[in-house]
Amino acid sequence: MVSVAHSRSPFRFHGRSFMAFVLAPDLPFDDWLIELDAQLKRSPGFFTGRPVVLDLARLNLAKPDVAGLMAQLQARGVRIIAVEGVETSWLGPGLAPLPGGSRPAGVIDLAERKAAEQPAEPEPDKPASLLLDQPVRSGQSVVFADGDLTILGHVASGAEVVAGGSIHIYGTLRGRAIAGSAGNPGARIFCSSLEAELLAIDGLYRTIDEIDDHLRGQPVQAWLEGNALVLAARP
Amino acid sequence: MANVVVVTSGKGGVGKTTSTASLGAALAKTGQNVCVVDFDVGLRNLDLMLGAERRVVYDLINVIQGNAKLAQALIRDKRLDTLSLLPASQTRDKDALTEKGVARVMKQLREKFDWIICDSPAGIERGAILAMRHADTAVIVTNPEISSVRDSDRIIGMLDSKTERAESGGDIEKHLLIARYDASRIARAEMLGVDDVLDILSVPLLGIVPESEEVLRASNLGAPVTLSNPVCAAARAYQDAARRLTGEAVAMSVPRDRRNLFGKLFGGKAA
Repeated sequence: MVSVAHSRSPFRFHGRSFMAFVLAPDLPFDDWLIELDAQLKRSPGFFTGRPVVLDLARLNLAKPDVAGLMAQLQARGVRIIAVEGVETSWLGPGLAPLPGGSRPAGVIDLAERKAAEQPAEPEPDKPASLLLDQPVRSGQSVVFADGDLTILGHVASGAEVVAGGSIHIYGTLRGRAIAGSAGNPGARIFCSSLEAELLAIDGLYRTIDEIDDHLRGQPVQAWLEGNALVLAARP
Repeated sequence: MANVVVVTSGKGGVGKTTSTASLGAALAKTGQNVCVVDFDVGLRNLDLMLGAERRVVYDLINVIQGNAKLAQALIRDKRLDTLSLLPASQTRDKDALTEKGVARVMKQLREKFDWIICDSPAGIERGAILAMRHADTAVIVTNPEISSVRDSDRIIGMLDSKTERAESGGDIEKHLLIARYDASRIARAEMLGVDDVLDILSVPLLGIVPESEEVLRASNLGAPVTLSNPVCAAARAYQDAARRLTGEAVAMSVPRDRRNLFGKLFGGKAA
């Protein structure tokens, strides 16, 4: 077995999703703030340590209104991390740009928070692996965060497969494979023929230019050894 | 039963319109009723390929918007009375295509014809999606080069997810047509070989059409190559592909590099 270890500084990037509360104020603000204060009196500390996104898309606001509202909320200890629905240039540099494609998660009523604080029922068992019997075509992205991903066909150039666990590809890997996406250094990538654009495990990645020529077109597995992504031909 | 075929590719300039006209004419020559539909609204070309550009009065958009009846917009070919054209509009754009309107026109066409061959615009946007939407069968035209192959791969993914058949849990029949095949450039490894293309796309092969002067001459004449010069290599490739579309088993021949033989005899310069 030929194994090639690259020593590179452990620069890592991870994809991770977080839950943020979205506050959508109503006009006029004075009334809305009174209501908010009343709610806060009932459950003080609700906003402590919680990231909040302010949704102003439904309101037609001028720049000073937004600044005023932000100040009012900050005075109540509401930690705003991003604002939706206003000109980005109105906001200070401290706020994060909000990526598109957020998923709404329902309205949360402050009054019902007591009940929600009780431990949630155990989630039903999720399947620990996903099998695809179709090739993954260019432009397609398969994301399976809960476990191993097995693909019987090819992964095309310009396609992307992401798994929380290991990735097994029985065809040729020409696109990107990202294993251990949720922070699993034990994940591995296997493919029957390596032509990959990018391989990543637990945030450590390598592009095709950093993959030795003699491994191209070979059946290969990739894993992590410390802070190095190791590739080796499989017998 | 009518068969709706979409001729698609993702990338532009690979030979979709030429293939639509040539396959359509080849099928019509066997006596089946064929309608070729130009979905390239705003950049129509199929009328030119069929030499019908001066006969366009009403078009697909007029029919979709209810300003003309389907029968008014259909143009029957002068050489083959089993071949009809539904032209695109040149003065509009793809936004004029509506989902409902296209569905209605395709339903009407199914009642009239054995084969409806839709010439898709390039790209992966609205026009291309609506052209493939109602298809039973797809002919994916690709050139043996990596950009074309990757775009075709993208389109195949969309055929498997955005068509009516795919959405209802069914399968769309897919065929690969390799066009502009240049054996000498493939021999010099300037282009991908057939095996490489088939391996990447994993779709069964419908035919291999050689790069040919005849195809260019035919489109300048306003006649599909299968009508203007049915014995040339490209026309024969299209005729074989049309027979395979109807389910006939026809042996596949890979176009040879004709220059090789002469090259060996005369030292490379003969054509």
